[in-house]
Order: sequence, then structure tokens, then C-alpha cells
Amino acid sequence: MTVLEFTAVVAVVSFVAGFLGSLTGLGGGVVLVPLLTLLFHVDIRYAIGASLVSVIATSSGAAAAYVKEGFSNIRIGMFLEIATTFGALLGAFLATRIPTSALASIFGLVLLYSAYLSRKPRPEAQRNLPPDPLATRLRLNGSFPDLEGPRKYNVQHVPTGFSLMFGAGALSGLLGIGSGAVKVLAMDQAMRIPFKVSTTTSNFMIGVTAAASAGVYLSRGYVDPGLAMPVMLGVLAGSLLGSRILVKAETKSLRLVFSLVILVLGLQMLYKGFWGKI
Amino acid sequence: MELILGNLLRSGVLLSAAVVLWGASIYLFRHAHEPANYRVFLGEPSEFRTIRGVIRSVMNGRGRGLIQLGLLLLIATPIARVAFSVVGFTIERDRLYVGFTLIVLAILLYSLFGSSIGV
Repeated sequence: MTVLEFTAVVAVVSFVAGFLGSLTGLGGGVVLVPLLTLLFHVDIRYAIGASLVSVIATSSGAAAAYVKEGFSNIRIGMFLEIATTFGALLGAFLATRIPTSALASIFGLVLLYSAYLSRKPRPEAQRNLPPDPLATRLRLNGSFPDLEGPRKYNVQHVPTGFSLMFGAGALSGLLGIGSGAVKVLAMDQAMRIPFKVSTTTSNFMIGVTAAASAGVYLSRGYVDPGLAMPVMLGVLAGSLLGSRILVKAETKSLRLVFSLVILVLGLQMLYKGFWGKI
Repeated sequence: MELILGNLLRSGVLLSAAVVLWGASIYLFRHAHEPANYRVFLGEPSEFRTIRGVIRSVMNGRGRGLIQLGLLLLIATPIARVAFSVVGFTIERDRLYVGFTLIVLAILLYSLFGSSIGV
């Protein structure tokens, strides 16, 4: 393939990944690295560098739309970013040390877990949980606009959530993804933050987390301009379009298809990683 | 405050996308018919790895240098967001969160400027 053909095809694939990722809420980055490595035979380190850059673009692009609505909790976000950025830095340093076959295997496992999580119902919305002393001291509790007016929520299990977010950050730095799946585990299930608040807050955090590892990737020469350019522009355009029509589209069957794609990609990454073909 | 932050993020992303597009047009115009190969990992040359190198290669009119500059702007966008939050929490006189935000900012700046030295 010539540079022109390669750029065009990668841009189209990234556009579709970004579009479906934002439409289904499963994120585009998670399919990008396996697609680039399996389909285009890009070395996984270049793929991770390019994907990380596109994660910053989509997160920062979408966050602008979310802050207006008053769902995201900036204190929860900033407090947990201590954990995610520190984890991301560690993950990025680890990524430069461990063999690519191990990277591919870990990626495969994360994909399988994401596919599993996307089929599971969301944990039930919390109602009138007692305030947790640590969360109160950190001023994490808040309220968000609901149908019957503002609804208060009390954040639970702060240390568990904080440690899980460290893990989410490390995975993000290691694999160049937003690692939304682990964030759901930490914020929805452990800290019991209401769905809308956790989704918008985590979207806010993803860009900051990715920026923490992007510096390391850049200085290690993992970010190739020729590859990162079509990936970033494609994913950004796709996800912006996806978030525009999000409300109207029937996403249930689309979600099923997309999670099947994630499942297949995960199995392939595991297989290739296990036999050392990546 | 929140609105300013949102707009800051959006304009940062749009600006960086524009710079990347500009660099892309130069790069594609010059190299369109060369073979593309990312199978083997070589690592980028230093002109695309350090801030100083990127600026130098932009000065030399290189397309890929411009793309990297756009990507640097993109990385700087969330960092600017965090820096603004320090100001926001200072205005609110929330010392605890000024501290938290400064920790996050320090980690981000270390990653961008300090990671090539040391480890």
C-alpha cells in the first residue's frame, strides 16, 4: 500500500470505529488497536500510541457537550484523577518494558471483559444511601438534575473506588485505551455513583488520564505522525457525528453487534498474543 | 467556570485538529506514493519525539513536524483544563482541592517534560 491509500483506509476505519463507539457508548479506542494490528499489521506499539492520541481527542471533544448539563462532578473527577494519572504514568513505563505478546494478551482479556460487561445490566440506581464519612470529608457527594428536580447522591466505598481507578489508569497507559469498562466497575459498582454522573465524569477524566501517558509515549517514539494523523482525525469526526445522532438512533441491536465484534477481536488478540505472533 | 472549561477543551481540540490537517496536506502531497510500512517498530527519530525537535522540524517546513505539533497541542488541552481548575478551586477557597489538582498537574507536567530524562 502507498502512503495515500494507507492513510485513506485507516481514516475510514477510524471514522467507523469512532462513530460506532460513541453511538453505542462502548468507546472507539478499544477496537482500534486490534483492528490496526490484526488488519493492517501495524506494530502494536505504534497502534497504542495512535489510539491514545485519539482517546484524548474524543474525550475532550465530547466533554464540552456534557459540562453544560450539570451531570459531571468535578470534585469526584479531580480526586480520582490523582489515581488514574499516577496509574497511567506507571502503565506507560510498563508498556515500554514488557514484550508485545504480553501486551496483546492483556489487551485480549480486557476486550473479553468489555464485551461481557456491555451485555450486563447496569447496577440499580442508588436511593437514599447513608453518607460515607470519608466521602463527606472529601466533599464528593453531590446532586444532579432529575425529572422531579435535583436529586442528591452519597458516594460510597471511596478507598475501593480509588484503588480501582488506579488500575483503570494503569490499563489506559499500558494499552492506549480509555478503559471505560474498569471505570464502570469503580464508579458505578464500588462507589455507587449514579449512572449519568459517572458516565459524564469519567468522560471528563479520560482525556486527562490519557494525557498523562501520552507524554511518555511521545518521548519514547511510539507516536508516529503518519499513523496517528488519520486515526485521530477519523475517530474525532466519527465520534462527533455519533454523539449528534445518539438520541434518535435505536442502539440496542447495534450494541449487540458491536459487543460481538469486541468479543471476536478479543479472542484473536489472545490467540495471537499467546502464540507470540504479535 | 464549567462553561469556560468546556469551551477551552473544544477549542483546543479543534485547533489541534486544524494543525494536524494542515500538516497532513503537506505530508501527503510530498509522500503520497511512497510505500506505507508499520510492521516493524523502529521508534520515531528525535525530531518527532521531543518538544524542541518538533519545533525545529516545523521551522524546516516539515509536514510530519506540523502533525506532531498538532498532537502536542492536543495533549496540552486537558493539561490546560487541569491548570484552570487550580484557579477555579482557588477562587472557591477550597484548599483541599487546590492541593489535589496541583498533584494531578504535577504528574501531567512530569509526563510531558520529564519523562525523557530519568527512568
